[in-house]
Amino acid sequence: MIEISGVGKRFVLHNQGGVVLPVMEGATLSVWPGECVALVGASGAGKSTLMRMIWGNYRCDQGSIRVAGVELCGAEPRDVIALRRDRLGYVSQFLRVIPRVPTLRVVAEPLLAQGMAEPEALERARALLARLNIPRRLWSLSPTTFSGGEQQRVNIARGFILDWPVMLLDEPTASLDAANRAVVLDLIAEAKARGAAILGIFHDADARAAVCDREVDVTGFTPARDLSA
Amino acid sequence: MIPLLQVEGLSKFYGHHLGCADVNFTLWPGEVMGIVGESGSGKSTLLNCLAGHMAPDTGRVMFDTRDLGPRDTLAMSEPERRWLARTDWAFVHQNPRDGLRMNVSAGGNVGDRLMAVGARHYGDIRAQASDWLGRVEIDAGRIDERPRAFSGGMQQRLQIARNLVTGPRLVFMDEPTGGLDVSVQARLLDLLRGLVQRLGLSAVIVTHDLAVVRLLADRLMVMKDGHVVEEGLTDQVLDDPQHAYTQLLVSSVLQV
Repeated sequence: MIEISGVGKRFVLHNQGGVVLPVMEGATLSVWPGECVALVGASGAGKSTLMRMIWGNYRCDQGSIRVAGVELCGAEPRDVIALRRDRLGYVSQFLRVIPRVPTLRVVAEPLLAQGMAEPEALERARALLARLNIPRRLWSLSPTTFSGGEQQRVNIARGFILDWPVMLLDEPTASLDAANRAVVLDLIAEAKARGAAILGIFHDADARAAVCDREVDVTGFTPARDLSA
Repeated sequence: MIPLLQVEGLSKFYGHHLGCADVNFTLWPGEVMGIVGESGSGKSTLLNCLAGHMAPDTGRVMFDTRDLGPRDTLAMSEPERRWLARTDWAFVHQNPRDGLRMNVSAGGNVGDRLMAVGARHYGDIRAQASDWLGRVEIDAGRIDERPRAFSGGMQQRLQIARNLVTGPRLVFMDEPTGGLDVSVQARLLDLLRGLVQRLGLSAVIVTHDLAVVRLLADRLMVMKDGHVVEEGLTDQVLDDPQHAYTQLLVSSVLQV
């Protein structure tokens, strides 16, 4: 479901003297349906960069990234938009929402975007928020004022509300207590069981051991840097 | 699927001075495109050319009309274009006073546009006006007050109601949240996003506020000195800007 081959990326900082930073070279990996693969490697090795290239907010300079049949390198915006609406889910580390929109709606939004009727979408959102132990009295409030752990769970609820065939998870269990961590691991296991292809970054080694089938070390994709430059 | 709007080689000069040069893009149904750039970059000129307020010097603006399919709006007769502006198109001005009739009641402002497309039944017009005031969160009890009595944020919401009441398919917005308090801005953004999603509208939004485009626009076009220097998916342009000017723009945003 995710097929990456020969992917390379560099940043050109025009306003800092045109410095060119090669950050990735020859990245190759694939994730099959029903499988959870963890990206590992030291901080700065390029795990998040690779995730962002698959999500499409980082441009891919070289190679090929195919997600659920769509080639992302050089894709038109509307193809990426359609992919994100229908097939690709993403749990990021940070929640970015319009101020004032109630939590329940934030979570239900991916369903509404696919055209589900509002009562049914909100009902599903309620069930998932309850499962993630977000207190009912918070559902009608905007998540902007929530604690870090609560925001993270809202983010997870939004990511798991739909049965995406492909999912990207960026530190889904960070800043969660043991009980909520267990709920999230269950959600991931259920997604795998229904055939989702999952690629994630997990700093939490126990979580990684619990749900991941394989690890891919991105250090091998880090270009040799001339440190003296 | 047919694109809703297809723009080819659009340029506008003010004498020797360049307004915007060789702009090309395709807008699909349901897409929201943002245009950002500093003042003087040509973004408002472009918007006004697209909406038929200004005649460009070169180029074509193909719009997929309801009855006749794609047509070049620049080659249309003035009455045809005016009809389009009253039905399938809407234009939200930065200053609500430019888009509202200040001496007419709130209900009248909304009903006015309905009457322009042939509505005549007073009861129906008033009922629709009152429904739209509710949708933009204006108390229906204030339907007979003039916009002068409204706050800036309310005037802007009234302008949106007036524009959307005839069910347009394409909305042009020029700095729709400019000049409003941040709290009022947030409310308007939420409202706009809800309306765009629920009604399946396409929109072209000109703004200098990157936070606004991040929340509202699917796609983004960056303009500098009359030229489009970068375009693409909104989060790609903002998170991984390629052009020197876009990099400068993105890195200049103040964090709160």
